[in-house]
Amino acid sequence: MTTATNILMPALSPTMEEGKLAKWHVKEGDTVKPGDILAEIETDKATMEFEAVDEGRIGKILIPEGAEGVKVNAPIAVLETEGEETSAPKPKAAPAQKSAATPAQESAQQPRAGSEPQQKQPSSLVEEGGAQRRVGGEPQTPKTGNGAAVPRPENRIFVSPLAKRIAQTSGIDLSGVKGSGPRGRIIKADVEAALKTPSHLVGRGAVSDSGAVAAPSGGAQRREGGEPPARPVNAEAPAAPSGSAALPDARLFYKEGEYEAVPNDSMRKAIARRLTVAKSSIPHYYLMIDCDIGALMQIRARLNDRSPKNEGAYKLSVNDFVLKAAAQALLKHPNVNASWTESAILRHKHADIGVAVDLNPGLITPIVFKAETKGLIEISNEVKSLAERAKGKKLKPQEYEGGAFSISNLGMFGIKEFTAIINPPQSAILAVGAGEERAVIRDRTIIIATIMTVTMSCDHRVIDGATGARFLQTFKAFVEEPASMLL
Amino acid sequence: MAESFDVIIIGSGPGGYVCAIRCGQLGLKTAIVERENLGGICLNWGCIPTKALLRSSEIWHLMHRLNEFGLAAGDLKFDLGKIVERSRKVAAQLSNGVKGLMKKNKVTVIDGEARLKGKNAITVTKDGKETDYSAKNLVLATGARAREFPGLEADGNLVWTYRHAMLPKALPRSLLVVGSGAIGIEFASFYRTLGAEVTVVEVLDRILPVEDEEISAFATKAFQKQGMILKTTTTVEKLEKNANSVTAVLKTKNGKTENLTVERAILAVGIVGNVENIGLEQAGIKVEKTHVVVNQWQETGVPGIFAIGDLVGPPWLAHKAMHEGVIVAERIAGVKGIHPLDTSKVPSCTYCWPQVASIGLTEAKAKEGGRKIKVGKFPFIGNGKAIALGEPEGFVKTVFDSETGELLGAHMIGAEVTELIQGFAIARTLEATEAELQDTIFPHPTLSEMMHESVLAADGRPLHI
Repeated sequence: MTTATNILMPALSPTMEEGKLAKWHVKEGDTVKPGDILAEIETDKATMEFEAVDEGRIGKILIPEGAEGVKVNAPIAVLETEGEETSAPKPKAAPAQKSAATPAQESAQQPRAGSEPQQKQPSSLVEEGGAQRRVGGEPQTPKTGNGAAVPRPENRIFVSPLAKRIAQTSGIDLSGVKGSGPRGRIIKADVEAALKTPSHLVGRGAVSDSGAVAAPSGGAQRREGGEPPARPVNAEAPAAPSGSAALPDARLFYKEGEYEAVPNDSMRKAIARRLTVAKSSIPHYYLMIDCDIGALMQIRARLNDRSPKNEGAYKLSVNDFVLKAAAQALLKHPNVNASWTESAILRHKHADIGVAVDLNPGLITPIVFKAETKGLIEISNEVKSLAERAKGKKLKPQEYEGGAFSISNLGMFGIKEFTAIINPPQSAILAVGAGEERAVIRDRTIIIATIMTVTMSCDHRVIDGATGARFLQTFKAFVEEPASMLL
Repeated sequence: MAESFDVIIIGSGPGGYVCAIRCGQLGLKTAIVERENLGGICLNWGCIPTKALLRSSEIWHLMHRLNEFGLAAGDLKFDLGKIVERSRKVAAQLSNGVKGLMKKNKVTVIDGEARLKGKNAITVTKDGKETDYSAKNLVLATGARAREFPGLEADGNLVWTYRHAMLPKALPRSLLVVGSGAIGIEFASFYRTLGAEVTVVEVLDRILPVEDEEISAFATKAFQKQGMILKTTTTVEKLEKNANSVTAVLKTKNGKTENLTVERAILAVGIVGNVENIGLEQAGIKVEKTHVVVNQWQETGVPGIFAIGDLVGPPWLAHKAMHEGVIVAERIAGVKGIHPLDTSKVPSCTYCWPQVASIGLTEAKAKEGGRKIKVGKFPFIGNGKAIALGEPEGFVKTVFDSETGELLGAHMIGAEVTELIQGFAIARTLEATEAELQDTIFPHPTLSEMMHESVLAADGRPLHI
């Protein structure tokens, strides 16, 4: 028995309305299997390969190669499928584009031959920016064509169709949204409330979901009659990360009982979500430079010796100097102290510098605002206070949102050098290694110097190579001769 | 010592009595005070008796189309007295029904007129006798009445409000209806169908001004075809009462004044809240433009005092009042997970001929927000059941958010659409998008198929047109 289903023009982005059918990779009569490239679709932003979701034969090509202005969801070809799965629901939209459907995932959408007809259809999928998570339906493991099993759903999410769609198009992670509808169903109002808080937004806000951020999820607040805290929603936040969705569930590869499953808390989820987006959507490159911190260490020792014993006591760290030097260097290089948006680069007027704080487990990057206006003692005390409150999960969202630059220091662990992932909406992060005595050649002699290697990750959309290099030159000069910061 | 309750509700209209039932269900010791008939205006002088009247006129209308259906009868006539009598019987039956419901839910019914007295207490006056009651919570549900203007006062004889229009002693040969909202249009439809010369005056530029513009335009044509005279952008400056007629001074859109003499006139220019003589001011309850000010939970700001229904904000609809009554009852009882009323989910129905029903945003309002929308429309002429019924006039229109697929609004005109609109109300409450509605199987042959078709049409894929 043969059934014909339409292959529909895919939406390559949530906002895409039409595109160009740049090239057909198949012709009428070709047989295709899931993952085969059918066509190349072009929008004003990108050209993407469009893959087959289903197995079958291309019955007819409806839209010729080169056609422009093809509307999303318009039929572009007819796929003839054979076998028992004809009763399976045909995919509504064209989910193919980047799902790179592994057999396991695909079977969740459409049970393939081999699944028993009486078997309950796996329920609908929540697509979170490409991350497919099953909602509804009973836990089950339908056999797939190649015998792989679909992982059991962890949490069933009850969500209204409208709320689901708004979440998809705006990049909201429904797992962190509390439902205020009947029996906890997530409704539109909940998603809209979540849109106003940064923690649920993919690609925006803090690395962490602190308790204070996670709380205002939907109805709870509205019910009290209070307005949900209004925070601007970055319209240009990347809406759909192509997260780890394309990878099969790791549990497929291990025997049950041979591992302990530690549920992901909201911070872990936020780290996964944000860093996946950051690393895959920001064009990172890295600049590495050695800094001689001999002079810095001497000054630091002298200054710390002058610290009062009781009130007003301070203890400056190398990192405080690094932060100060970065702030001064940012002032001199406004094109580094900047953030990317689609329409403009935002050059910041102050050096707001994030400091990665280890929470073991987890991390958060609170910000020292207007660091250029602050002295070493003030910076030092502020970083200590932020770190302490971060560990107590007492930071307010405004204390970790924003900035254009961050510092991550793993020197205390003896790490010599490393690279860090940029924390959006920032565009650079400085990875600081340990200051250690090394043999260096100076004036054709080998001498001992205290060297600290730093590696700056730059967003190439904002910072070009030479721009980043000039910044690091300035930074290095400040660090090697701290007194020059007074100039 | 005054008898005390958990909740006392003042006014037994649809908001009040439903609130009482829900309070009873939730185990609250409840009383309801009514100065007239249980069921309030809706049941006794509004929704229900008018539907009874309109049913008679609908049958009368059909009797004139017997030939079309292959039927014949001679000597067609109606008895207005009996039509009104039936309408009163229907109202009485239902009012009695409310009495039974109060008993079933252990709600104490107190006859008389209530007045707030200090904190958590009221005084009820009945035949000059005063009795005090106390309650932890008070729910004000005193409703509203027809609005009158200086120079436009009802006398019950020549100039009517809805209340008089419901009890005509004879059919006026000519009738002026001031106001083209639901109430005005329903009476216009009733009297026109029975044969009166009906003129409707509307101050705005279209009749049924809260409806979608296309609905207003369609209704205008339908009513004009029936012989109704519609004067929009026209105001009534004055109503002069003659011996057995009324002369209305109308000011038309180009500023001209003209006189129109009719046998009777009906005032249907909105409502005013019944805020007097309840002791609102002494209690510190805020009143604005004859309506009590409440927050989203119907709270007046005075602890323990709530207000619902026509006494508070629009829309002035019984089912909106009922829902508010339920919210208040559940709020008092501490039920979890309740939501405030969302007026965009309140359907509205006008029982003229053809009927009008709608929910949510009109196309124009949906566009105002600057959002991208898509609109689907399907005419009655494309529906098998409509043709079989002999009702090929009307259409169903749906408005969706193009991006989210949210059903923003639905607007219908034609036979039985008041029975159809609930489908879209359910869709809005369940937050269905166009996709779920398109996937829904509608029974054939029914008028409801037009709802499906309209949603399909929003994506350019209707089946039967």
